[in-house]
Amino acid sequence: MNDGHDEFLDAVESGDGYYLECENGHGSLPPRMVCPHCGDRDLTETALPETGTIDSYTVVHVPTPAFADEAPYVTAVADFGPVRLTGRVLADADAVEIGDEVSASVGGADESRSVVFEPR
Amino acid sequence: MTDPRVAGVGLTHFGSHPARTSRDLFAEAGLAALDDAGVDPADVEGVFYGNFMGEIAEHQGHQGPLMAEAIGVDAPATRYESACASSGAALRQAVQNVRNGEADVLVVGGAERMTNLDTAETTEALAIAADDLYEVRAGLTFPGAYALMAAAYFDEHGGSREDLAEIAVKNHANAVGNEHAQFQREITVEDALDAPMVANPLGLYDACPITDGASAAVLVSESYAAEHDLDAGVAVTGTGQGGDKMALHDREALARTPAASDAADEAFADAGISTGDVDVAEVHDCFTIAEVLALEGMGFFDEGEGISAAADGVTTRDGDLPVNLSGGLKAKGHPVGATGVSQLAELTSILRGDHHNSEHVSDARVGVAHNAGGTVASATVHVLEVQE
Repeated sequence: MNDGHDEFLDAVESGDGYYLECENGHGSLPPRMVCPHCGDRDLTETALPETGTIDSYTVVHVPTPAFADEAPYVTAVADFGPVRLTGRVLADADAVEIGDEVSASVGGADESRSVVFEPR
Repeated sequence: MTDPRVAGVGLTHFGSHPARTSRDLFAEAGLAALDDAGVDPADVEGVFYGNFMGEIAEHQGHQGPLMAEAIGVDAPATRYESACASSGAALRQAVQNVRNGEADVLVVGGAERMTNLDTAETTEALAIAADDLYEVRAGLTFPGAYALMAAAYFDEHGGSREDLAEIAVKNHANAVGNEHAQFQREITVEDALDAPMVANPLGLYDACPITDGASAAVLVSESYAAEHDLDAGVAVTGTGQGGDKMALHDREALARTPAASDAADEAFADAGISTGDVDVAEVHDCFTIAEVLALEGMGFFDEGEGISAAADGVTTRDGDLPVNLSGGLKAKGHPVGATGVSQLAELTSILRGDHHNSEHVSDARVGVAHNAGGTVASATVHVLEVQE
């Protein structure tokens, strides 16, 4: 169990994803008590935009043991406005480009649950 | 306040020594440094030691006192952990302790045992230098994280795999003749481009190897050096450290390393130098793109200009700013916790004139070492200068 992170993944999985927004409009991911960009302590859960844009991606050929059966796979950083997410892209490597639009979902089970991106 | 002198340095061979414990490796490097310095171990007042993955690699925590014991030193000893910048961070603390008068003689160094794990296990151990919840669980490996930075760099500034290959070629060429280096052989651009992919756009030859090894140095105050008539003409005249968000996705930009910029600004101001004064640099090229980001971050090149520095001959050993004359992490090897102080050892040797590449920089007086942790969520920069 990882308080904060698990609830975040549950919310993304059910289509109600959120991020933490401070009074100055900075975004970050839970668990946090302080905005990492400005130190503001007043953080509110704000709806995650439905669509993100791939900022950068890589095709991982040499994985950790947890992903031994997945390689090669694509992991990307995608921009969802005030916050960015890192996740695996559920698409073939040659079908992914910087600037592609994706939506966020959740893949894996138990300890391996993580953000995944579905092309739109 | 006096700048500490580097009285002696020691390195093991960097490479594959799967049966050697880190205590054994550090003993070799530490004793070599003490012998090089001509300092009595009984005079050592502290050991500042860097290590990253000791618990995973050999089920050994609390390595500070173990390492002091290994070199016959009976003094307080502390392990510093800052991922791949572990011994850079240890060095900074040692420099500050000599400067503030708390100690006259310190041993600083680091060690890492890595090749006793298989590649997947090492990949996992290194990955925890990234954010476990949000990056590692999303399948991001350490090469994968630098690949994201490389892809973002290409997208923003241009550049190609050929440009990165030129950096690998340069650093391999520099390692030829370095008895401590893991790879003492040249490669070609074609070799690099034809190698298997690790994480696009980075191939096998864009990545540093998995390495066992240790490094050490003896730092002394000016007064101790004078009293004991030590041959210690190189001083650490500047130290700086920078920090950044842990996860790449929380950074302002993926293709910049502001932690290195902050560390360099602080270290250069501390030493009273500017980039133009620097004769030679050792930078943290765990991946070829990392060398580019380091040189741009420290202000040697504008953003987007560092990618072609090796191809243009600026950073080759006969260029205006020779970079990684040791072979760098790329060819010399990267025993994670040992790397920061190994850069200090190489630069000291270059500035003393007893380095295998000294002939290429015979008038060098100012050297800079850049050591980065993780995807540069931490960074240290140190300035070394010839005194006298």
